[in-house]
Amino acid sequence: MRKYFVTASMVLFTAISSLAQSTSGVDMADELRSSGKIYVVVAVITIILLALIGYLFSIDRKVKKLEKKN
Amino acid sequence: MKENWWKILASVLVIYSLWAGMLGAVPELPILHETIRNLYFHVPMWFTMVILYLISVIYSIKYLSSGNENHDLLAVECVNTGVVFGFLGLVTGMIWGNYTWGSPWPNDPKMNSAAISTLMYLAYLVLRNSLEEEQKRARISAVYNIFAFPVMIVLLFILPRLTDSLHPGNGGNPGFSSYDLDSRMRMVFYPACFGWILIGVWITTIQYRLRKLQNKQLN
Repeated sequence: MRKYFVTASMVLFTAISSLAQSTSGVDMADELRSSGKIYVVVAVITIILLALIGYLFSIDRKVKKLEKKN
Repeated sequence: MKENWWKILASVLVIYSLWAGMLGAVPELPILHETIRNLYFHVPMWFTMVILYLISVIYSIKYLSSGNENHDLLAVECVNTGVVFGFLGLVTGMIWGNYTWGSPWPNDPKMNSAAISTLMYLAYLVLRNSLEEEQKRARISAVYNIFAFPVMIVLLFILPRLTDSLHPGNGGNPGFSSYDLDSRMRMVFYPACFGWILIGVWITTIQYRLRKLQNKQLN
């Protein structure tokens, strides 16, 4: 299960990061993007989300164990 | 594993929406700037809430016709999770509004409606807790739920359209469809909504199963 998840994530990540940002008159966060530090933020949020989802999976498993016991 | 595929799908979709939402290209618009990306995170909270309330009202109707207490239980747990997503929607909207509309609560009709509908569902939970007898509680709260749902739909999706609202798609404002003419955003927005809805349903089922176990132990 974990293997599928990791490969799916890798494919998604490479597909998305290949999309380029365009430039126009509107003030966008181009500097943050050009320095590449936006990836730090994305990495942090990804870890938080992954941890929460993993936690949800573990709670799910605990409930299943209880259900089997009853 | 096999029955868990939709939980994995939910996780993948949400993570995808985070990556594509943060790194993907978005239309460059005045005032909104980068905050347009909030569309992928703020709006799915509301969609999830509405879907959970919809499931809740379906099970309330089912309860009234079947008298099965599990239907009532599922209806409550849907509202419990829905209220959490509603609060997330309110708070994220306040942060977004603070930076684009200049105030966290500019008395926008849609905001006020959202607050009222959240209070309405909180009242549902309070109503349940105030009734001691189980069958009476289930029946009365099911009827309340059936009335609350259409009112919530009117408050969130009809009334704001009849007046001026800052929200896109309301009161002569263009809908978000006009922001993504090249449909780049749709590719992120729809998966994000679907993923978050699945996460909401997932949390609800866990709550429901736990509550069922608790009830079993009490009896």
